[in-house]
Amino acid sequence: MKKRLLAYPYGLWIVIFTIIPLALIIFYSVFTTDATGIHFTLQHFKRVFEPIYLSVFLRSIKIAAVSTIVCLLLGYPMAMILAEKNLSKKSILVVLFVIPMWMNFLARTYAWMTLLEKNGLIATALGFFGVRLPSLLYTENAVILGMVYNFLPFMVLPIYSVLVKIDKAVLEAAEDLGAPPITVFKRVIFPLSLPGVSSGIIMVFMPALTTFVISRLLGGAHFTLIGNLIEQQFLTTRDWGFGAALSVVLMLMIMFSMSIALRYEKENEGGGLW
Amino acid sequence: MVKTAIKRIYTFLIFLFLYSPIIVLIVFSFNSSKSRAHWTGFTFKWYVEMFKDQQIMTSLYYTITIALTASIIATIIGTIAAIGIHSMKKMPKAIMTNMTYLPVLNPDIVTGISLMILFILVKLPRGFFSMLLAHITFNLPYVILSVMPKLKQLDNQVYDAALDLGATPGYAFIKVVLPQIAPGIFTGFLLAMTMSIDDFVISFFTTGPGVSNLAITIYSMARKGVSPKINALLSLMFAGVILMLLVINNRMSRDNGRRGENVI
Amino acid sequence: MHEKIIRLVNVSKSFNGHQVLQDINLGISRNEFVTLLGPSGCGKTTTLRIIGGFEVSDIGDVIFEGKKINNLPPYKRKLNTVFQRYALFTHMDVYENIAFGLKIKKVEKKEIDKKVKEVLKLVNLTGYENRETGSLSGGQQQRIAIARALVNEPQVLLLDEPLGALDLKLRKDMQLELKRIQQSLGITFIYVTHDQEEALTMSDTIVVMKDGRIQQVGTPQDIYNEPINAFVADFIGESNIIDGVMVKDFYVEFAGGGFECVDKGFKANEEVDVVIRPEDIKLVPADQGMIEGVVESVIFKGVHYEMLINGRDMRWMVHSTTMEPVNTKVGMQVIPYDIHIMKKVRTE
Ligand SMILES: Nc1ncnc2c1ncn2[C@@H]1O[C@H](COP(=O)(O)OP(=O)(O)OP(=O)(O)O)[C@@H](O)[C@H]1O
Ligand SMILES: [Mg+2]
Repeated sequence: MKKRLLAYPYGLWIVIFTIIPLALIIFYSVFTTDATGIHFTLQHFKRVFEPIYLSVFLRSIKIAAVSTIVCLLLGYPMAMILAEKNLSKKSILVVLFVIPMWMNFLARTYAWMTLLEKNGLIATALGFFGVRLPSLLYTENAVILGMVYNFLPFMVLPIYSVLVKIDKAVLEAAEDLGAPPITVFKRVIFPLSLPGVSSGIIMVFMPALTTFVISRLLGGAHFTLIGNLIEQQFLTTRDWGFGAALSVVLMLMIMFSMSIALRYEKENEGGGLW
Repeated sequence: MVKTAIKRIYTFLIFLFLYSPIIVLIVFSFNSSKSRAHWTGFTFKWYVEMFKDQQIMTSLYYTITIALTASIIATIIGTIAAIGIHSMKKMPKAIMTNMTYLPVLNPDIVTGISLMILFILVKLPRGFFSMLLAHITFNLPYVILSVMPKLKQLDNQVYDAALDLGATPGYAFIKVVLPQIAPGIFTGFLLAMTMSIDDFVISFFTTGPGVSNLAITIYSMARKGVSPKINALLSLMFAGVILMLLVINNRMSRDNGRRGENVI
Repeated sequence: MHEKIIRLVNVSKSFNGHQVLQDINLGISRNEFVTLLGPSGCGKTTTLRIIGGFEVSDIGDVIFEGKKINNLPPYKRKLNTVFQRYALFTHMDVYENIAFGLKIKKVEKKEIDKKVKEVLKLVNLTGYENRETGSLSGGQQQRIAIARALVNEPQVLLLDEPLGALDLKLRKDMQLELKRIQQSLGITFIYVTHDQEEALTMSDTIVVMKDGRIQQVGTPQDIYNEPINAFVADFIGESNIIDGVMVKDFYVEFAGGGFECVDKGFKANEEVDVVIRPEDIKLVPADQGMIEGVVESVIFKGVHYEMLINGRDMRWMVHSTTMEPVNTKVGMQVIPYDIHIMKKVRTE
């Protein structure tokens, strides 16, 4: 028996449950059906570029980009701190970083609702000091906070895994050649960590761009991102054609941003969870 | 000195940020009233009452059955597939590997919706079975991507040596190959379980009326306020996970010959 | 005292309570080729790192041109290092690696181009500017690491086993090349190795270390001909080291016999190490030697034969250009001048 035959059942599975469903989405995005049969159409894609929907796209991209940048700014120093710890402490801290992900993602996001709401813990605590803030929940900032919270580990871990692999002697060599600490960072550490940064950016930006849960819970019912728009088309308005077109555009955006980020990743030496 | 102090404070703040929702969740599972912001006294009652709550118990049941069944099936199909893919020639191997990455890279919402469309078109009633199929689908890549590196490390000569010594291919596989790739299979299984238990988006689109897992239940409760019974249940599960982590960690440090077998 | 460019004064260093360097005192002159020599773990790298500024000594001072630099960070020190495993910047090509230090000093682009070209010529790698470091062989990477340090025109170059990873032939070539570079540029080299032959061929001064202490400092000739103790004698070239008793001045007993020697000044009947180099033992007909023995093994070493001879229940190593077959009875003869008497080394 040829061993490679063993992959065939899985191949069949992929075809049925991955390829065909994706093909269906593409099909619905460019064809409509009515009594007279199936017709090719670009009307769904035209709608995507109507101003209201375009603004949803722009808003989604903006929020995802801001979340990614905040994750990078918060996460990079954290990854550096983790990487320079000695071995035993290091693994403990890294595990501590992963543990929150073992608590249900929805429950953690929901917990932020209770922290942020009008009479929530943060408002109560601030009120104690006489600070009164306008509602924190159901704002754009709350959505960004939720994204940063959920995706920060995806930024820290790949950067960390690249940083720990940097040979300490290389940093000493730079210092030896006259580079003060800031230059060592700018010219050696940061460039060497770029593969990790690019995987981190992918792993934060992608889910941030596509989520509909965080925006629904922390942004409120009227806070619409691409994810929410797609969900509505399939579950509320039942406009599969438009929903499919939105999904195709979303996939194209992901592919595009990945191809940019992957350019930095030399071959397979990048960090990342895989 | 100042530098280390700044680092300590920074680390502390980041961890505070990461853990505060979890702490809130756990603390309020012991709160005597349903309030989500005011502490009114300590109680264990939610830990008792959650077991009597029909809705919670049903979603827990679905969460666990689906996660277990899906990850076991995915582990079996995935391991077999990984062996098959590993022995393929370069081109088909690359195609299969890329197809495996597809569901990982595809946004969850698109995966969920595309499967929903499929199920509707083939008139598969949406519920337990459709959700199970969806979970197996998104679990498979995690198993394959965990097993493949182990196969790559595997010394092909060992298998050949076993055959040379008179073992049948099946016997050689079970006695020689399987033990060596077992850590990868186990990691894949654990990853699949975690993904399954935690999944909301894909389940949300592929399930039907009456069948919800915990994530879906929490989502539906979120607007009007999640019951402290859910807090109690999640706190218990969280404690369970950490306990399991400690046990695994202990076992791993015991056989420290192989390291880097991260279960994360 | 000012022609000493670097001085280490009473330097000690410990890691986690383990004493790695003990009271190191060392002066290094301008243009000197100094080699730190000693077995693995004796503290050579640590000494170099203290000079380079990567470690700070617990006590004692590092003095550079008369100024204390104990706490000066590496990037402010006027010396450069060639690291044990090269430590090239993998994200830069050869040119960028070499230009790194010059760019930091804000040297003009034209000047940098010129200097990079010159230094590449110096290490025989003309035309390699745009190569990725990963595509170079070990010897080439080594030379890039040297060029990267040299281009900054340091007054002192620290080299930590720079040839350790190279094969024998390349090693020999590079030894000559390094020596040539050092002489033509007139730079002070502080060179770490645990290869005694390398130390003997290249150095002006050898510093022999053991367990964090300096055993002996001297020219290669001094160290080879007049090792201060049995450890140094054994480490520099192979030796026969025999327990002996110094009965009185000029008379020592070992291997069950009494022999004349040229050393004096020991206590009566003091226990000593007797060191005899293999090439100092002459083989004579069996009945004419001081000690009689039987040849146990013979190995041809290229220039000479190395024979192990069993005599008086001991194994003697003898180097000779003529060969005696195994199992022959031979006599061994040593002149008093070649019997070196040494105080016993403290053993821990
Ligand atoms: N950073 C450190 N922490 C703890 N111990 C160290 C450290 N650096 C060196 N040591 C210890 O100090 C001793 C001397 O080390 P050093 O690297 O100076 O030896 P060496 O003479 O260069 O040896 P080799 O020839 O093997 O390179 C060793 O026992 C080593 O284990
Ligand atoms: Mg060393």
